[in-house]
Amino acid sequence: MRTQSFFDRQTTLVLSLLAAVAILVPSMNGLAAPGSALHLSDHLVPLLGKYVCFALLALSVDLIWGFCGILSLGHGAFFALGGYAMGMHLMRQIGPRGVYGDPILPDFMVFLNWKELPWFWHGFDSFPFAVLMVLLVPGALAFVFGWFAFRSRVTGVYLSIITQAMTFALMLAFFRNDMGLGGNNGLTDFKEILGFTVQAGSTRIVLFVLSVLALAGGYLLCRWVVGSTFGKVLVAVRDAESRTRFLGYRVEHYKLVVFTLSAMLAGIAGALYVPQVGIINPSEFAPAGSIEVVIWVAVGGRGTLAGPILGALLVNAGKTWFTAALPEFWLFALGGLFVFVTIFMPRGILGAVGDLWERSSQRFRSGRQPQPVTHAAE
Amino acid sequence: MTAPVTPTLLYLDNITVSFDGFRALNALSLTVDHAEMRAIIGPNGAGKTTMMDVITGKTRPSEGTALFEGSHDLSALDEAAIAELGIGRKFQTPTVFEMHTVEDNMLLALKNERGPLATLFSRRTTHEKERIDALLERVRLTAHRYRPAGELSHGQKQWLEIGMLLAQEPKLLLIDEPAAGMTDQETADTVDLLRDIAMSKAVIVVEHDMAFVRDLGVKVTCLHEGSVLAQGSLDAVSANERVVEVYLGR
Repeated sequence: MRTQSFFDRQTTLVLSLLAAVAILVPSMNGLAAPGSALHLSDHLVPLLGKYVCFALLALSVDLIWGFCGILSLGHGAFFALGGYAMGMHLMRQIGPRGVYGDPILPDFMVFLNWKELPWFWHGFDSFPFAVLMVLLVPGALAFVFGWFAFRSRVTGVYLSIITQAMTFALMLAFFRNDMGLGGNNGLTDFKEILGFTVQAGSTRIVLFVLSVLALAGGYLLCRWVVGSTFGKVLVAVRDAESRTRFLGYRVEHYKLVVFTLSAMLAGIAGALYVPQVGIINPSEFAPAGSIEVVIWVAVGGRGTLAGPILGALLVNAGKTWFTAALPEFWLFALGGLFVFVTIFMPRGILGAVGDLWERSSQRFRSGRQPQPVTHAAE
Repeated sequence: MTAPVTPTLLYLDNITVSFDGFRALNALSLTVDHAEMRAIIGPNGAGKTTMMDVITGKTRPSEGTALFEGSHDLSALDEAAIAELGIGRKFQTPTVFEMHTVEDNMLLALKNERGPLATLFSRRTTHEKERIDALLERVRLTAHRYRPAGELSHGQKQWLEIGMLLAQEPKLLLIDEPAAGMTDQETADTVDLLRDIAMSKAVIVVEHDMAFVRDLGVKVTCLHEGSVLAQGSLDAVSANERVVEVYLGR
């Protein structure tokens, strides 16, 4: 019961903080005079927007890892696929304004001497179609992958390894020019999104606010899923998988549903990320990237939903600061942080805070009651 | 479904399970009737747990027939489908969902739609609450309703697991060593509980504790090396020379 009330408070807290961020960042950027202490410079808006997208990605990993015990080390793949779907739309929006001025073909295709648009590029000139693909492509891959993996009862470290192999294979595939997705360079030089200049300050503000809204929506969706009986079954699978089977639950179906849902959330995060950073290339599929996401989740607190959001924001802010100030030490700092958290805060920052909160509220409660024994003991 | 070929609830005929040439079950045949309680005894490695694995779909027999209610072929179904048919299983070491409250453990076990969409959109009903109330009362865990199951004592976990079995409303309960690690009082209470359950449901109990088996007062099957060595009342089985030799000791 106590944990229940903690979680309800948590939801209120997360939503109010996100609302505050969604209001503060645009007003500090737009209203506060440049030069004043409150002013947020233009280049920081897409940077913060990037962190928010990473937070949504971390949330999607927490949904499967924290609540169902599926440790995906390849979630960057779903993020990147969502990003590529959005990137393809933005490429089509360039129209004849590319360097080569071809009315249909993106620059890299002209460069490769391609004569016509590959079949899978058709439809991406429509924004609604691209949005649909942002959800469907990662979702379909997760569904097919999960169908085989979960039905064969691949679990634990073996599953983690094949998710890692999946993202690695995709990275190699996307590096190839023949793939028709820009090869090594990926997709970039975006001009407009829905008629608005991608680089414009106002567009970036809108993208930032949309990212925060997506994060808030993703959080509420996860909170609802986790709070339902479905969510209780997920935790049951995490803690005692075969017991859950003997109770009559088809564990593989549950894993498949939650894995697909999580991949779609990751896809949305990737789609919002691409217009803000202005590029998507195969390095987003890098296995190390997916492992980093798991670190954000572990640092923030696995299985808490709010923790991974916090973890993603803190670790990425740290990364930005470190790579500017002490670039050669960043990886050591990240490794050290992971070791520190694993040993001293196994439940992450939020888990540690939750324990502290519980302990202090218990002390508060017991402190109010008369305790004649303690005096005698002293 | 084809017409029942046997009137018994559980029908195992000539079941063989081999692991790398080792025969964990060797042409085992056993039948259990509706509302019958059966105690299974036998030395370690006799095949007791493997038999439960076959009945619940965890292990596929390499030979033989396993039928439930005369028409369902257990060797062709998975764990979830067999649980849906009405076979519940309690493990040797109590296995409950430790992070969930006692109430949520019961809720997950309640007979309900088991599909992901059904659970995603399900709402708690008063009927469910009443069922849980009654079951918690029966396994004496009402006072612990909101505690995480991981905090319960060993005996309480055993009872919670039996309560979860009842919540599934099975026709056949498989219970592996219910008295292990229990105090004498808890053991006696467990005997009463199982006898009460067996009034309306079939129960198979695997147990090493001979005093417990005696208290149950039911037909006993002794397994040895994967097949039935002796069967009958406990006195008759205990008097069997082979049983004394391989299991009870002289």
